[in-house]
Amino acid sequence: MSYRILIVDDEPNIVISLEYLMKKEGFQIAVATDGEAALQQASSFLPDLILLDIMMPKKSGFEVCQALRANPALAAVKIIMLTAKGRETEVAKGLALGADAYITKPFSTKDLVVQIKSLLG
Amino acid sequence: MIRSRLTAQRLAFLFLLGCFFFNYPLLSVFNRGGDFFGLPPLYAWLMGSWLALIAQMAWVVESRSD
Amino acid sequence: MLQGWVIVLASFLYLGILFAIAWYADRRADVGRSLIANPVVYALSLGVYCTTWTFYGSVGRAAASGIGFLPIYLGPTLLFALAGFILHKMIRVAKTNRITSIADFVASRYGKSQLLGGLVTVIAVVGVIPYIALQLKAVSNSFAILASYPEIIMPATAGAVPLLQDSALYVAMILAAFTILFGTRHLDATERHEGMVAAIAVESVVKLVAFLAVGIFVVWGMHDGVGDIFAQAATVPEVARRLATADSPAAYGTWGTLIFLSLFASLLLPRQFQIAVVENVDASHLSRAVWMFPLYLFLINLFVLPVALAGMLHFPGGAVDADTFVLTLPMARQQEALALFVYIGGLSAATGMVIVETIALSTMVCNDLVMPLLLRLPMLGLAAHADLSGLLLEIRRWAIVIILGLGYLYFRVAGEAYALVSIGLISFAAVAQFAPVVIGGLFWKGGTRDGALAGLAAGFVLWVYTLLLPSFAKSGWLPDGFIAHGLFGIELLRPQHLFGLTGLDEITHCLVWSLLANLGAYIGVSLQRVPNVREARQATLFVGGAEAAGIPGWHSTAGVGDLLPLAGRFLGLARAQEAFARHAQQRGLRGITELPADARLVSFAETLLAGAIGSASARVMVASVVKEEPLGIDEVMNILDEASQVRAYTRELEQKSRELTRATAELREANARLRELDRMKDDFISTVTHELRTPLTSIRAFSEMLQEDPKIDLAQRTRFVGIIVSETVRLSRLINQILDLAKLESGRAEWTVAAVDVAEVIHEAAESLTVLFAEKHVTLEFDGCEAGLIVLADRDRLMQVMVNLLSNALKFVPAGSGRVTVGADGTANEVRVRVVDNGPGIQVQDQEVIFDKFHQGAATTDVLTDKPQGTGLGLPISRQIIEYFNGRLWVESTPGAGAGFVFTLPRQAGDNGKVPQGDTVPGGGRGHKLPGGNS
Repeated sequence: MSYRILIVDDEPNIVISLEYLMKKEGFQIAVATDGEAALQQASSFLPDLILLDIMMPKKSGFEVCQALRANPALAAVKIIMLTAKGRETEVAKGLALGADAYITKPFSTKDLVVQIKSLLG
Repeated sequence: MIRSRLTAQRLAFLFLLGCFFFNYPLLSVFNRGGDFFGLPPLYAWLMGSWLALIAQMAWVVESRSD
Repeated sequence: MLQGWVIVLASFLYLGILFAIAWYADRRADVGRSLIANPVVYALSLGVYCTTWTFYGSVGRAAASGIGFLPIYLGPTLLFALAGFILHKMIRVAKTNRITSIADFVASRYGKSQLLGGLVTVIAVVGVIPYIALQLKAVSNSFAILASYPEIIMPATAGAVPLLQDSALYVAMILAAFTILFGTRHLDATERHEGMVAAIAVESVVKLVAFLAVGIFVVWGMHDGVGDIFAQAATVPEVARRLATADSPAAYGTWGTLIFLSLFASLLLPRQFQIAVVENVDASHLSRAVWMFPLYLFLINLFVLPVALAGMLHFPGGAVDADTFVLTLPMARQQEALALFVYIGGLSAATGMVIVETIALSTMVCNDLVMPLLLRLPMLGLAAHADLSGLLLEIRRWAIVIILGLGYLYFRVAGEAYALVSIGLISFAAVAQFAPVVIGGLFWKGGTRDGALAGLAAGFVLWVYTLLLPSFAKSGWLPDGFIAHGLFGIELLRPQHLFGLTGLDEITHCLVWSLLANLGAYIGVSLQRVPNVREARQATLFVGGAEAAGIPGWHSTAGVGDLLPLAGRFLGLARAQEAFARHAQQRGLRGITELPADARLVSFAETLLAGAIGSASARVMVASVVKEEPLGIDEVMNILDEASQVRAYTRELEQKSRELTRATAELREANARLRELDRMKDDFISTVTHELRTPLTSIRAFSEMLQEDPKIDLAQRTRFVGIIVSETVRLSRLINQILDLAKLESGRAEWTVAAVDVAEVIHEAAESLTVLFAEKHVTLEFDGCEAGLIVLADRDRLMQVMVNLLSNALKFVPAGSGRVTVGADGTANEVRVRVVDNGPGIQVQDQEVIFDKFHQGAATTDVLTDKPQGTGLGLPISRQIIEYFNGRLWVESTPGAGAGFVFTLPRQAGDNGKVPQGDTVPGGGRGHKLPGGNS
């Protein structure tokens, strides 16, 4: 079995790194670079887990998270929010909107993998 | 009541009237012989005008007090 | 039947009844059910004006000069017509200041001056003593005449009778005793004597009824009515002359003078002031008195002329003194009861006058003469004495005895030279000296203590010289040479023809000179200076006006602990405590102990004391326990101009309030601006954090991956390291720009300002980007850009702006078909540079936002598929630079048709201003990204 992971971020270099990291762990990968694409991908790719950036064009990570949680078909998907803004209020807001975990950039690749595995496992 | 300005002014008018009644030159008009209903004219004038003045003063203050 | 003992018994019986009435009235007053709180009683008590002078003397004067007795009663009538203006005001002022006498009134008005109070007292005592002598003379004469019944014998002259056989002496002693009983049984804080007033009212009725009884008897008992008397009189030439008065200017002058004189006397005589002002219970009683008192005067004068004419007809040849006709006519017809009644009426008139006059004088002597002196004598130690109320009564009793003693002395020395009426007029002329300071003090704020002293002194001296001394001389007590020849034989100084003024009677003559000097000195000296603080304050209180209400009497405070014992020493502790308790109650407090130590309490204590010892002494005593802070000139101005001051304060207050409102609004606005700035700073830091963390994230992720997995193939490894390098470059650039912006915004940036040729800078910037343009296959064209467009600027900074704008344009134009045009031209005043591209353009709503810091992303992604690269700081930095050189930077764009960034700079004088020509530089090749951002 191999979990499906959707990577959502507008920074190409970060996407490259995450893609490489997840592939190495044996996950199936899809990528979206903005909020709207993320929602489309989520419906079609049906990921088990989404790595969701907050600061994105068109739709922010918060909006995407909210939309995902409002969709019963995707209710079970795990969401890890990634943000470069480390403010307490944003962490709280993310968790309140239904994110399962919250990781601040820059992150430790090891911790990220552990976190993903624990959520999926 | 005397406190009323109008009453005070009416009384002051009577003061001026009294000053006129009781002094020269009006007195000289009556200061002569003869008689006025058996009285000397000056005596009759002074007592008469005095009483009239008092009556006026009474009317001024008392008509205001009720 | 009319033996001596009967007359004496009747006299004492009458006085006993009077005393009983007084005692009863006092008792009623003590339980709060005043007998005299009645306008009729007030009007009747004013009848104290009519003394034996009226009772006996009017007939005498009528016998001497016909109708000439009448002005003495017309004057008071006219005064009461002015009651609304003068008396009412005096009563109001006296009540609020607890005035105890005419001396107190004058002293208080002119700054509570003890000296002034003393002078008024001296004038009053000296001036009124002849008048008291007149009463003694009348009573003793009437007793002697009645005792000789049925004979009608004129009494011997006073000087001829041995002292101990002189009935006048005993009359004086008896009156002194009664006055002490009436007036000084206890000390009242208000200095009011209810019992005395009740007795006086009764006496007024008795003397009026007695006189009317004589009149009716004479007119209808002895004759057939008034007409009969006048008809008979007309037949006797000697009597007929009295039917008309002398028809000469001097006679009319005297007539007018007497009206004027009596007008003031009925206000200013100590006893009149006492009854009309001090003893007044309620100012509203005045309105009844306005007509009732003149009516009383009218009635008591109704039969004067008929009685005088009848007396002259009945006792021809002047054998009987006309002053005694009232008594001798009934005696001549053997009307014993009527004669006795007339005698009692005369006694009534005398006792009433003497009691009220001496009580008033003794109060003045005690409060304004003796107490101030005693309190100033340190050896007596009175100021520290525990209870002075007994001493005060003692002083007053002695004052009464001494005043009556002086009256008797004058009677012995000078009394015989004059008729009753002439003696009275001497007193009238004396108290008329108070008129300028009293009336002036009520209506003129400019009067000063010095003016009042000068006026009173001048008037008094002239009165003494022109009236009193001649009266002594005519009695043989002084050599009379100076009357005929003047002082030191100087004709001009003849006392009754001073400075050659002749043709006037002695009273008019005295009044002309004394009042002229009095008024002149009062006004003249007063005008020497402006009133001082205390005078001004008292003037405002007396003259009044709206501003009088709020004037503080004291500028400092003292507690009950100081003031109550002080008041207790003069009033007795029980009375003082009672008064303080009442005061506390009025202020809505539960008891004395709750009274606060404030200026109001001090004023209350002073007023309370003023009732007992006079205002001037009260002030000194209160000042001894209260250290008053001196009033400053500012406060004087406040007092003098209270109303306008209040208006000014209000205006100032309104202005301050408006300023405050404005300041509050400004503060609120500033606060909102600060909040906004704070929020912006927060956002800025948050954004900077985000911008810094994004490259860091890539760097860390790739570094960790490289570290953990050494087996990554070389191509991957090279790619990852390349990313790490470019992200590091991005991070450094970002940090540099943030620092740059911070420097620009805080004004700490260093500028090297010089004349710069814009065209040169454009070409240089283009040069540095040639490779990048070539890489993307973008065409770079020049429009104008001729040399000679000189501006004052920092060349490097201007280069930074140009590079930023060009790389921005390069970023947004499509590769291959991209075209960027740089234009530069100049007008007379400015140089204008345009960087136009054929990229996607910028939405109208974003055309200003792009100049905000970090406002890249969302604003432009509508038209972009890729996230634009850059820090979002290039345009804000460029704008800061251009604006620093007084230029402007903005964007002109139609979405879908490219964008044009334009900046202007002020043109430096001295450049050639040539019209620029077109130029084109082709671009080509590939390369990495350049600094700057699209914003």
